[in-house]
Amino acid sequence: MKVQGFVHKYGDNVDTDVIIPARYLNTSSHKELAAHCMEDIDKDFVSKVKPGDIIVARKNFGCGSSREHAPIAIKASGVSCVIASSFARIFYRNAINIGLAILECDEAVQQIQAGDELSVDFSTGVITDLTTKKTFQAEPFPPFIQNIIEKGGLLNSISDRLHQ
Amino acid sequence: MGMTMSQKILAAHAGLDEVKAGQLIEAKLDLVLGNDITTPVAINEFERCGATGVFDTERVALVMDHFTPNKDIKAAEQTKKVRTFARKYDVLNYFDVGEMGIEHALLPEKGLVGPGDLVIGADSHTCTYGALGAFSTGVGSTDMAAGMATGKAWFKVPTAIKVNLTGTLPDFVSGKDVILHLIGLIGVDGALYQSLEFTGEGVAALNIDDRLCIANMAIEAGAKNGIFPVDEVTMEYCQNRFKRKPVKYEADADAEYDRVVDIDLSTLRPTVAFPHLPENTRPIDEVGKIKIDQAVIGSCTNGRISDLRVAADILRGRKVARDVRCIIFPGTQQIYLDALQEGLIEVFVKAGAVVSTPTCGPCLGGHMGILAKGERAISTTNRNFVGRMGHVESEVYLSSPAVAAASAVTGFITDPAKI
Repeated sequence: MKVQGFVHKYGDNVDTDVIIPARYLNTSSHKELAAHCMEDIDKDFVSKVKPGDIIVARKNFGCGSSREHAPIAIKASGVSCVIASSFARIFYRNAINIGLAILECDEAVQQIQAGDELSVDFSTGVITDLTTKKTFQAEPFPPFIQNIIEKGGLLNSISDRLHQ
Repeated sequence: MGMTMSQKILAAHAGLDEVKAGQLIEAKLDLVLGNDITTPVAINEFERCGATGVFDTERVALVMDHFTPNKDIKAAEQTKKVRTFARKYDVLNYFDVGEMGIEHALLPEKGLVGPGDLVIGADSHTCTYGALGAFSTGVGSTDMAAGMATGKAWFKVPTAIKVNLTGTLPDFVSGKDVILHLIGLIGVDGALYQSLEFTGEGVAALNIDDRLCIANMAIEAGAKNGIFPVDEVTMEYCQNRFKRKPVKYEADADAEYDRVVDIDLSTLRPTVAFPHLPENTRPIDEVGKIKIDQAVIGSCTNGRISDLRVAADILRGRKVARDVRCIIFPGTQQIYLDALQEGLIEVFVKAGAVVSTPTCGPCLGGHMGILAKGERAISTTNRNFVGRMGHVESEVYLSSPAVAAASAVTGFITDPAKI
């Protein structure tokens, strides 16, 4: 599975409070959450983001609250993948569980710039910066996690298995 | 190779004699927790996967604490959705206004978590129960849904950092100062994917409220869990309270740790975390003159009775400074009642503080004490991220109840020994 999109870049310790502020957690509507995605760190994100775009951030992305609303807001805003130097563990697990692709690759994060166009191949873990023509190698997901992401989340993949 | 305390609990719940760091296991859960924000998302997933019931009606706890008493119509709809779910599936441990408390103060108090347990909760501060010798960790709503349906969850066995505590705490220094000091040392990702295992002779002198506070903020160092050994203090707390049989696990003498951090409790000072990360810590002596607009005392971190007693000792016979709002929120109804009977509530009201029903509200900028642009709060809560308690240009300074109460009186962040 491959995705392609333009980069929105952020720094260290992007927490789930800035990804989706608690004042919007009185709903679980994906559309409403997406309307406020990244609002407290980048108020223009919602107007700039296009389907397929990619978030690139430094270390400990998604730290703080366990709110699954954070990866939901990112995915529902059209983002196809998050690449970071490292992820906070609850966010990492939540992202996989809801079918948001995430990759750890510090080298890519160091070199990729905001606005670059990327292509990411989840089966090989290869990240290609189409703007600078550089490629980076992230650890690819094992097949069962690729399957979760392709099915759009853990429970979809479970119910698919149950019905086979 | 020996196992850490956390690894032993995971092994036992996976039905294995031994586990190794990095191993993927599936383990049986003793309790699955959710709140009014995370449970609605879990219910969507639960029903979508075709589950027909919860795995055990006594082992799911649903606590309506974040936006309750319902702050608006949408919040009311969310609680209603959870209440309907709880009644439909006969979830016995459903706690709503009147019975509820802040989940991580409530569950230990009700005896729903205890030594040797394996607990997941759709709230990051679920790591609190490590204070009682449980392996307890925060997850998202999908994991909660799968846990409610099957009573199981998968885990990657973590490595650990050993935190060796020696000495005893000086006056006006508490569990909050211990954990802020530790986070300042190792950073907000200092224990990422790892267990924080607290040990050493210093543990014995820490009361249960201090331990709960320390374990509560393990997540602020990125940890998967924080855990304390089970000793007389734990057993005394759990007696006549914990509903199951306590199981005491101990780390093997040859357990392997990624790192050992030594903390001499007697050297610690009241500690304050500056905006906008819990790792930005300074001892009170290096804080400087910082004016505050609000003091918040309470939360799952510091809303227990000993916290309220410390605050009352400082506020007794004094007044909250002009132009400072001092908001005190006890962790549970029982703590509220204890504070009432001990006369603490009267102390607070006479000092010009307000006392709220238990709620997570102000801690996460939900309701009951939101900050305006440019305002500053000293708060005994656990996070000081950008916009955490209100406007994106407001600031939160984290501290102990003693520092927060002293600051409420002077209007500036203040050493409680100096008022």
